[in-house]
Amino acid sequence: MSDPGGRADRSYLLDSSGAAAPPRDNGELVFAAPWESRAFGVALALHDAGRIEWEDFRQALIAEIGAWEAAHPSREGWSYYECWLRSLERVACRQGLVGADDLRGRADVLAARPAGHDHGEAGHHHGEAAHHH
Amino acid sequence: MTSAAEHLDPALRVEALASLLSERGLIDEAIIERFVKTYEQSVGPMNGAKVVAKAWTDSDYRARLLADGTAAIAELGFKGPQGEHIVVLENSPTVHNVVVCTLCSCYPWPVLGLPPSWYKDPAYRSRIVREPRQVLREFGLDLDDQVEVRVHDSSSEVRYMVLPERPAGTESRSEEELAALVTRDAMVGVARAAAP
Repeated sequence: MSDPGGRADRSYLLDSSGAAAPPRDNGELVFAAPWESRAFGVALALHDAGRIEWEDFRQALIAEIGAWEAAHPSREGWSYYECWLRSLERVACRQGLVGADDLRGRADVLAARPAGHDHGEAGHHHGEAAHHH
Repeated sequence: MTSAAEHLDPALRVEALASLLSERGLIDEAIIERFVKTYEQSVGPMNGAKVVAKAWTDSDYRARLLADGTAAIAELGFKGPQGEHIVVLENSPTVHNVVVCTLCSCYPWPVLGLPPSWYKDPAYRSRIVREPRQVLREFGLDLDDQVEVRVHDSSSEVRYMVLPERPAGTESRSEEELAALVTRDAMVGVARAAAP
């Protein structure tokens, strides 16, 4: 993909006018939970910064989705962004950007914060269940 | 390699990843926010609707759109991630096109925004290939037996968008009025453009 981050030309980011409805008006939120939007944004930002190849990420996503489907014939508990997040973790580890142990350690630290703590960007949504439909 | 801490809540895992990357200077919080905001608020099916309405009213543009989707779409200022190889499929009274990504979620972001959840769902991704007429019926689109249904599998090489048929009785409509009749579902091929 050539300049998929659109760094050189962000004009497409600005056009929100027009006769037809904005994305939300199709009766569905783009993201079902704040962590989904964060996972989306982190992937695009990493790519925008030249830290990951989009095709590597896409191949990881295909593998994650395929593995999930193979393990869940009933499709119970499907979450697209869970697959997205696992792919992102894998690619980030594979590229040496973070270590799997670092990720686990940091997540444990975040989990151990006292109740009522301001969870920052994650807001108060970290107890939310995966999105089912 | 195993993914980190898969037993943990995804919100914690995202924050673990984001905070580590941010501390190491590998990502910029402002860029994350900008991407999220863009796809939540600015880039969506209204872009594709403008493309369709222009193709309905301008036969030269229609020809350019069918010949090179990405270039003709960029004429209207719509470009960016996942829009490098857009192919536009024209519906007709005898051919109905419908789009899927069987492996993941490939979708033409600059014209349609991010895909709806049903597009990413394992059920749609497998069933639309096996039994397209039945799935379309479930979307409320009952096609005549004479209409040929073509299912197109999007990939990293090609992102498809459907050019729906212009509804009857819209001859006097302006391009803007026409764009209001074009839904996301019509451009994925699971619906017709709305009658006025």
